[in-house]
Amino acid sequence: MPKDPAAKIIRNEEWGDYHLFRIESAAVTPGSQPGQFLMVRVNDSIYPLLRRPLSIHARERTILEIFFKVTGQGTALLAQRKEGQELDILGPLGKGFAWDAGLKGQAVLLVGGGRGIAPLYFLAQELRASGVRVKVLYGGRSLPDLALRQKFEKSGLDVACSTDDGTHGFRGVVTELLQEEIKKNIPAALYACGPDPMMKKTAEIAGRKKIPAQFSLESMMGCGFGACWGCVKRIRKGDAGAWRKICEDGPVFSAEEIVWEEEN
Amino acid sequence: MVDLTTDLGFMKLQNPVLAASGTFGYGLEYEPFLDLNALGGIVVKGLYFGPREGNPPPRLAETAGGLINAIGLQGVGVEKFAGEILPQLRKFWTAILVNVCGSNDEEYIKVIEYLDRQEGIVAYELNISCPNVEQNGVCPALDSDRTFSLVQLAKQSSRRPVVVKLSPNVTDIAEIAQAAEEAGADGLSLINTILAMAVDIETRRPKLANVFGGLSGPAIKPIALRMVYQVASAVDIPVIGMGGIGSGADALEFLIAGARAVEVGTANFIDPTAMVKIVREVEDFCRRNDLRKISEIIGTLKLWPSKKGG
Repeated sequence: MPKDPAAKIIRNEEWGDYHLFRIESAAVTPGSQPGQFLMVRVNDSIYPLLRRPLSIHARERTILEIFFKVTGQGTALLAQRKEGQELDILGPLGKGFAWDAGLKGQAVLLVGGGRGIAPLYFLAQELRASGVRVKVLYGGRSLPDLALRQKFEKSGLDVACSTDDGTHGFRGVVTELLQEEIKKNIPAALYACGPDPMMKKTAEIAGRKKIPAQFSLESMMGCGFGACWGCVKRIRKGDAGAWRKICEDGPVFSAEEIVWEEEN
Repeated sequence: MVDLTTDLGFMKLQNPVLAASGTFGYGLEYEPFLDLNALGGIVVKGLYFGPREGNPPPRLAETAGGLINAIGLQGVGVEKFAGEILPQLRKFWTAILVNVCGSNDEEYIKVIEYLDRQEGIVAYELNISCPNVEQNGVCPALDSDRTFSLVQLAKQSSRRPVVVKLSPNVTDIAEIAQAAEEAGADGLSLINTILAMAVDIETRRPKLANVFGGLSGPAIKPIALRMVYQVASAVDIPVIGMGGIGSGADALEFLIAGARAVEVGTANFIDPTAMVKIVREVEDFCRRNDLRKISEIIGTLKLWPSKKGG
């Protein structure tokens, strides 16, 4: 049953606008994969009405973690939830990142921007367990946006950071850091999550170097499980492209599948 | 034991709670969450004859107690529905209704004629009221003459009962309801969503690419209830009420106001098991109030003395 109305918040860790929840849920945790997400009900009221989609940040026995930034009224209310309280969650939902046994022993790059780093920790752990050599590029506007920097470092992952203002690591956007990185080594695969412009640029770089790349897309969602058709993006599946559901067909898509829309 | 069976004349349901079209996909999306056999019925997502692309995103905007959508009836079309989805739905004993769409009279008829050759459908819900297809929310249900002619045509073409889904975006919904009844509708369902919009003040863009969309959710319940009461008072055919129902108490309000059954929509997104909860709450209410049959509560609204005979 992919629903747990009484998952338990066992930790609410805070770095300014960023929060990490540890959630105990024996019902939802098993079988969850990197790139999959939860639909979280932030409170019991009809305000906000909808659940919030949040990707799974880590999994440990019956414990899940989510990592999010306060970006609106829904996440602001969620951030106020206390340790020990119950949380109503659906999941694990969607199709996550994919990799095959052939990647063992090879080097891959994970590129995360801001709160888009969330699913990449889980992915890094699982890739490493599969014998893949993982390097994480973690970008933010400024040092406070790199809330999970130490967590990645402590877990022994190879992490390089960038900040737009140069307060930590490489000065510039994370895709510039990526360009520097691939001058040294061409990875066997690229996995990215972050703001659309960042992912679009990452896709261009991957395309030029013919690096297989996967992207976890974000969208507001009505339901999270394919019923409302609200979260579509133009996706090619061996066709010219159609509005496909991010929640059900994704949220992870390969570079060739995504039709990046022009901002205007 | 409370008898929840609901007889609309043209169809019998095991309970009065149906899933509203457009919020329940093709039904199977909810199978991981609940037993579809527990539902009174499922009105599957609107079908045009062919596959339909729908509107560009963003398609959703959340408002206070509400959700505005402009999906634009993206869907698989009748062939894929009949070939791949309906055979799976037939395994359930829950009543399956199909929401029928058309961009013109001919398409409505083509959809009905195609579905008439398929088994496992109890009735059609004629969608003459989607606000997201034509410019400015225009749809046949805004005009009583147009409603009459389309419903008459659908009835002449169909071997199955036809429920007509009405739009709230009209001046006098009872007049449209009567036009549908005169044209031979077997039942009416209302309300479809309320034409609405929202603006992002930072970007100054409408929150929906389509500019307008249809508002649903708890915010619209009082309006829906008023319209269901008006329509149920104006026609003799059964009325199925919907609009913001999220609890047994909400459903009971509609039943007391004259609806013979209800549809649940947006609540399914927030809690995919909402309908099971609603059925249980309705049953508990009946038990507490010594009602042996759900039918005993239909249309039992007690007006204040000042309104009686008025």
